Amino acid sequence: MESPDSIVLTILLFWPLVSALLVILLGSSDSLIKKGSIWASLLPLGLSIYLLFAYDSDMGGMQFEQFAKWIPQLNAGYHLGVDGLSIPLIFLTTLLSTLSLYYSAGVINERVKEYFFLMHLLEFSMIGVFLALDYVLFYVFWEISLVPMYFLIGIWGGENRGYAATKFFIYTLVGSVAMLLAILGVYFATGTFDIVEAAAAQPFAGNLTLASLAFWGFFLGFAFKVPSFPFHTWLPDAHTEAPTAGSVILAGVLLKLGAYGMLRIMLPSFPEASVYWATWIVGLGAIAIVYGAFVCVAQTDLKRLIAYSSVSHMGYVMLGIGAAAAVMTPDALAGAVNRFGLTPEAIQDSAAMALNGAALQMFNHGIITGALFFLVGIIYERAHTRDLARFGGLATKTPHFYGLMLTAAFASLGLPGLAGFWAELFTFRGAFAIMPYWAAFGTIGIVITAVYILYRIIQNVFLGEYDPSKLPHWTTVQGEHADGPTDMVGFEKVTMWPLIAAMFLIGIYPTPLVSYFNQSARELLAFVQNLV
Amino acid sequence: MGDLGYIAPEIILLIGGLFIFCLDLAYDPGVGKKSGLSYMALSALFLTAALVAAVLQLNISDPEAGPKVAYSMMTIDNFGSFIKVTIFSGMILTTIAGGRYMNRRSGNQGEFWTFFLMVSLAMSIAVSANNLVLVYLAIEFLSITSYMLAGFLRENRRSNEAGLKYFLYGSIASAVMLYGISLLYGATGSLYLHDIAASFSEIVGESTEVSGLAFAALPAMLLILAGLGFKASLAPFYQWAPDTYDGSPTPVATYLSTASKAAAFAVLARFFIVAMASFEVNWVPVLAAFSIITMTMGNLAALRQSSVKRMIAYSSVAQAGYILMGLVAVTSSSPSAMDGLNGVLLYLFAYLFTNVGAFLVVMALEETVDSTHISAYRGLIMRAPWLAVMFTVFLLSLTGIPLTGGFFGKFYVFGAAIQRQYFWLAGIGMINAGIAAFYYLRVVRTMFFTSEGEGETLDVPMALQTSLLICTIVTIWIGVYPSAVLDWVSNASVQLLSVVP
Repeated sequence: MESPDSIVLTILLFWPLVSALLVILLGSSDSLIKKGSIWASLLPLGLSIYLLFAYDSDMGGMQFEQFAKWIPQLNAGYHLGVDGLSIPLIFLTTLLSTLSLYYSAGVINERVKEYFFLMHLLEFSMIGVFLALDYVLFYVFWEISLVPMYFLIGIWGGENRGYAATKFFIYTLVGSVAMLLAILGVYFATGTFDIVEAAAAQPFAGNLTLASLAFWGFFLGFAFKVPSFPFHTWLPDAHTEAPTAGSVILAGVLLKLGAYGMLRIMLPSFPEASVYWATWIVGLGAIAIVYGAFVCVAQTDLKRLIAYSSVSHMGYVMLGIGAAAAVMTPDALAGAVNRFGLTPEAIQDSAAMALNGAALQMFNHGIITGALFFLVGIIYERAHTRDLARFGGLATKTPHFYGLMLTAAFASLGLPGLAGFWAELFTFRGAFAIMPYWAAFGTIGIVITAVYILYRIIQNVFLGEYDPSKLPHWTTVQGEHADGPTDMVGFEKVTMWPLIAAMFLIGIYPTPLVSYFNQSARELLAFVQNLV
Repeated sequence: MGDLGYIAPEIILLIGGLFIFCLDLAYDPGVGKKSGLSYMALSALFLTAALVAAVLQLNISDPEAGPKVAYSMMTIDNFGSFIKVTIFSGMILTTIAGGRYMNRRSGNQGEFWTFFLMVSLAMSIAVSANNLVLVYLAIEFLSITSYMLAGFLRENRRSNEAGLKYFLYGSIASAVMLYGISLLYGATGSLYLHDIAASFSEIVGESTEVSGLAFAALPAMLLILAGLGFKASLAPFYQWAPDTYDGSPTPVATYLSTASKAAAFAVLARFFIVAMASFEVNWVPVLAAFSIITMTMGNLAALRQSSVKRMIAYSSVAQAGYILMGLVAVTSSSPSAMDGLNGVLLYLFAYLFTNVGAFLVVMALEETVDSTHISAYRGLIMRAPWLAVMFTVFLLSLTGIPLTGGFFGKFYVFGAAIQRQYFWLAGIGMINAGIAAFYYLRVVRTMFFTSEGEGETLDVPMALQTSLLICTIVTIWIGVYPSAVLDWVSNASVQLLSVVP
């Protein structure tokens, strides 16, 4: 019984916390903290890779589960577990954390101890959200992920950091409290805080008013995090002000928490309300895609542009989730059958495909936008501005940087052969069979995405003639004076290449990754079909 | 021992108070400065003895056993004992931390610590009293000693203002409460909470029409609520609180905003749950309205403050609103794990350590840089990192962020509100949590988001640091593993709810 598998999740979860404490207790010098942190973060990364291979996809469901009593009075326990949805996202978390720590070691030289402490704490909380199968535990990790990010933005951020950090914290907090009320509602309806048990008990089944209230409570919590239009206004500020690694983690992982919550909690727990409100989710998603893309075109700040592109890209996730939600229950499925003369099986396939697209988009967006934010950070360290008007003709000056940016930008645009393509294809293919008009509307966003990627980023920054008068002051990454833009140095390349490789890998052969998501998507749909 | 044993905590405090008083008389006033700390140590000693006595009275093993009654006037039950443990802990922490502060500002140390023990005695009696006259006397005793403590720094005009304001509002509130008590006596012919409850349940139970005498119950209830609401700083009776907290010596402000508030809530809970059980339908909406107004007014006012002490003063008004939310959602008929009364007790316990901690940080800054203005906190992380970190823990706890006690407090009161399906109340609480986060975070932001003051260090007194550390540990302990406290809390509330007729 006592195999290492039985505590692997606990080690994975608490190791970052231990690392954080070690940084505080043993961090006698900056270089020791930096080296130690990077090495320490390899353990969770290794464990998450182990989980990728050790997860038994034939068996499916939750695996490596752990139970312990925590607050017996409330029936709230320490319940961890992973399935095909969470394992890739945990891998994403640990990968981006390690890369962020490695990159930060090169550029952060102020208040190093606090910085690395907070980064470990952030990783701890994010892993916790993906592992937790108990509402109280989930909420605890969900909320404490706010705190380190708040400090990361506020201490190491740009000029307007205080405002951005506070806005980030308060917006997400309000959403979270709404979710807390919904969690309490579910508890009183089912008598348990266990996420799996509560979903099986179907809180508020048959009472659409209460189910909708709970649904919207959760939705507010998750939508602020995703962030879904119109709750997204904190995101551009937070991203623009955050330090590079903070932006990477924020876009790469924190935004995924919201979408993860929708898949893990909202769809299985409130299928009827999900069906009822699915059009809203799809609509908000499609609007976010188009609106986010249009706003991107108007940006003058490179980082703000990427931030808005996150709004747009997370819209695909919402679109996919909403489309699948619309046909979850047997009634809804039957209602959708006559459209296009499809069979129920075909509709279910489409729903699964939409879910796969959404989940894949979560993963890809983490990789791609993470890479883009790293690249923005790399240029900012040299130019000390992100004003698009002051760049131009960098292609010849910084060829390596240009190449990587080109790859990441095209992946973001959805070029076949790179990661982003599959997610868009699956999402739209799935959504089109279920909500054709909204899906068609969303495709406008794809066109506009091409506009801002090609025109605003590639042409504006890299093409054309290099004009030194536009931006006379350049430095090297170490902050020394330079005569012009300098290309990427070693540690920056090491940070970037794993992400670039992942884009190609997933772009060329997405099957292994999709099979994890497909597993859990099928399980989710079957779970709901059998229950209601 | 019999009845005498039941009131051991009160006796210890009385002896302690008189002892210090006599000692002070016997001593040469010239050595007052030096003896201040020994008086402080003595009070801490007596308070600790009272705390031990109260802990021994907690009947953890057999919560079903009925409460004991001492001299027919005081009910010694787990509810009262739990509140006493809470109050005494707060008083001890304040005492240890505040010794040096008071010593440097006033010569009359013997007097101060005598009053300090007397205040504790008054609160201790108030939470156990089951007779309205004793309730009134205890509250009056508490008020008068508090007026003197608030205005204790005689040369300081702010302190004088604090004492006077507290007195002016307080005396009217007492009079109003007394009138309410007399109405109840007229209606039921008794001053004992149980007898009042019994008469009301007869009157209300027998006929579908409410008879004449029961009409007196509602105005009486409102008048008593006004008197107790004043002590608990509920809106609209809170106007004294910010000025008094701000002007009083910080140790006094600390207990006024924590222990004294806990005592007031205990009395409120006992009065409404036991005596007014028949009128639950009437007082629930009233308390709900008070809860909403209190948290909203407190939070909105706190937003504008530039003095951290004043900000915490207003925030503690807002916190009272959340606590009241738990009382609104009490389910006297079928107690459950997340009952409103559990919420009140857990919230009070967590809030006490958190808010004492927050005031002690204010005290530390007064001791070192002699300022309560927010600009004094700029870059505190550079000058006194542990102080800044501990203050952050307290502020996050007040905001209600998990892994701190404040989270489980909010979790419970929100839970109780949801359980009773008061969604609107919980919703307003939610919006308020967002507003409150804004001003709590402003302090965090000031402390952390700048590197100013690098290289300087603040010399915080050892005793103060010890108290702060205890507050931090307890705050985090409740946040991480609340199980033990939850047991005490549910034992306490089960006993109170079980006596409801």
